[in-house]
Amino acid sequence: MSSTKYILGIFDDPDEMMHGIDGLQKNSVPIYDVYTPMPIHGIDAKLGIKDSRLGYAAFMFGCMGGTTIFTIVYYFLVHDWPMDIGGKNFFAIPDFIPVTFEWTVLFASYGMAFTFFFATHLFPGRAPRVMDLRATNDKFVIAIDAKGNIPHEDINNILKEAGAVEVKHNDRKYVSYE
Amino acid sequence: MNTHNSLDEQFVFTGKAKTWSLAAIAIGVLLAAIGFLTGQGERTFANLLLMGYYFTCVCTAGVFFCALQYVAQAGWSASLLRVPQAFARVLPIAAVILLVIIIAGLNLTHHTEIEGKDAIAPYLYKIWHQAGVTTPGSENYDPVLAGKAGFLNVPFFLVRLIVFLGAYVIFGWLLAKYSETEDELGGLFYYKKSFTISAAFLVIFGFTQPVFSFDVVMSLEAHWFSTMFGWYNFAAMWVSCLSVITLTIILLRANGYMQWVTQDHLHNLGQLIFGFSIFWTYVWFAQFLLIYYANIPEESVYFLRRWEPEYKFWFWLNIVINFMGPLLIIMARDSKRTTSVLKATCILLIVGHWLDYFIMIMPGTVGDKVGFSYIELGVAVGFIGLFTFLMLNALSKFKSLIPKKHPFLQESLHHHI
Repeated sequence: MSSTKYILGIFDDPDEMMHGIDGLQKNSVPIYDVYTPMPIHGIDAKLGIKDSRLGYAAFMFGCMGGTTIFTIVYYFLVHDWPMDIGGKNFFAIPDFIPVTFEWTVLFASYGMAFTFFFATHLFPGRAPRVMDLRATNDKFVIAIDAKGNIPHEDINNILKEAGAVEVKHNDRKYVSYE
Repeated sequence: MNTHNSLDEQFVFTGKAKTWSLAAIAIGVLLAAIGFLTGQGERTFANLLLMGYYFTCVCTAGVFFCALQYVAQAGWSASLLRVPQAFARVLPIAAVILLVIIIAGLNLTHHTEIEGKDAIAPYLYKIWHQAGVTTPGSENYDPVLAGKAGFLNVPFFLVRLIVFLGAYVIFGWLLAKYSETEDELGGLFYYKKSFTISAAFLVIFGFTQPVFSFDVVMSLEAHWFSTMFGWYNFAAMWVSCLSVITLTIILLRANGYMQWVTQDHLHNLGQLIFGFSIFWTYVWFAQFLLIYYANIPEESVYFLRRWEPEYKFWFWLNIVINFMGPLLIIMARDSKRTTSVLKATCILLIVGHWLDYFIMIMPGTVGDKVGFSYIELGVAVGFIGLFTFLMLNALSKFKSLIPKKHPFLQESLHHHI
């Protein structure tokens, strides 16, 4: 029993990496994840990654911001301390719209940013979890969970055939922990 | 399905589209004539001005679309530029029609009522163009309008319109011509040239378009003014033009043309429609809020008139259609990518911005005698037919439905979001 946890196929070229994904999928090897230094068109469809739900989070945060400030303004200016401003009604909705709009935008944008940080485990001061540091520079990395049934040699061959410049067998998942 | 796109595909304008658009023109002419003959000249003129302005705005915004894509060096839109180019090709005719309507409206007079008094006034722009408005001692003398006469006088008014529309026509014509020449010669020369004139056009358009809408629409109620009005009109024309472009592309695709346009291109157009509908609401509200908050009588009279029983329903419906409509229907990604939903939204917004112009124009022309019947419908149908006929005719004149030597064409054909 080997102590290998993850097999990494390291590529110089994104097209060869895409061939590598094809080769693995043809042989029913489950892919754990793929790391690239830049976004690659069509890779999410190929790997079967679901559409991001960040937009729904932004929508909910926007609704929350709008409701919060509208309630606050209502409490201040209508309920608790009604003031006559320019002879308008106490509950003058048009006056409330600019601030409601601004808070909607504020909550939606901050909420979206923090949701993204939360979902991707990015916090200030936290060391990023990386399987191979070169994936943040100029290499394209396919990671395969080593607990599959196919012999590791076969996986090596598939990756090499597709043009991997290096195949690594890692004993630990990440090279960097906090 | 054929996955190879024919770059020499040409649009053939025959059959149903031709028959129906010609029929629509005939219906429009007939109903407008009935409107004149039954003594509803002013109302017919107001509708002609509305649709003439709408028609011109959609075509001008087509030029704006092309120019914007060149200046932004956008790649996604390269394969669908022929549609806005066809709009630009129709612009000369639209501009002439608008000028004819305006000149006729300024010169033909009729008996009417202005602020409760019987008067002989022109059909359009009766408030500032009525005889004697600027002559001291005349019973129609109005010191406010006399003070504006340096700007609002017929010769200068017409010169402005002709110069502005002439400039838009020339730029639109050049952009379409460069693109066609580029198809024959290739290379980057014409792309760079298009970039330069697009940048010049955007500057000229940005400064003149507000004045253009002040002239054509805002001066109908010449006592009132709003500096937001130009941007408000720009937002309306841009959203309606984007809706017309999208609808045209969807219908062309349904008839077997432009198969290279994918859900991704339509998604992008949907995003623009959604975003600029929100922008329209933003400028609409920016204009409203300041007037409402300051509450100065000469400013708030504009909304007061639109708050009267005969306009109040339309006033609210306008906001519901043009703001709530896109907000609720096409905010989600899936609905922008569903052709039937996007198509329905485009039609809704085209109708919605007709209503928007209706609310801008009617109180200053027909006033409380406003209505919605065969004249409104007839003139609208006539102009839709005219636009469809001229635009499809211009589209069929292009040697190919795709700018095949456009430097960003491959990016557009492989567009993916």
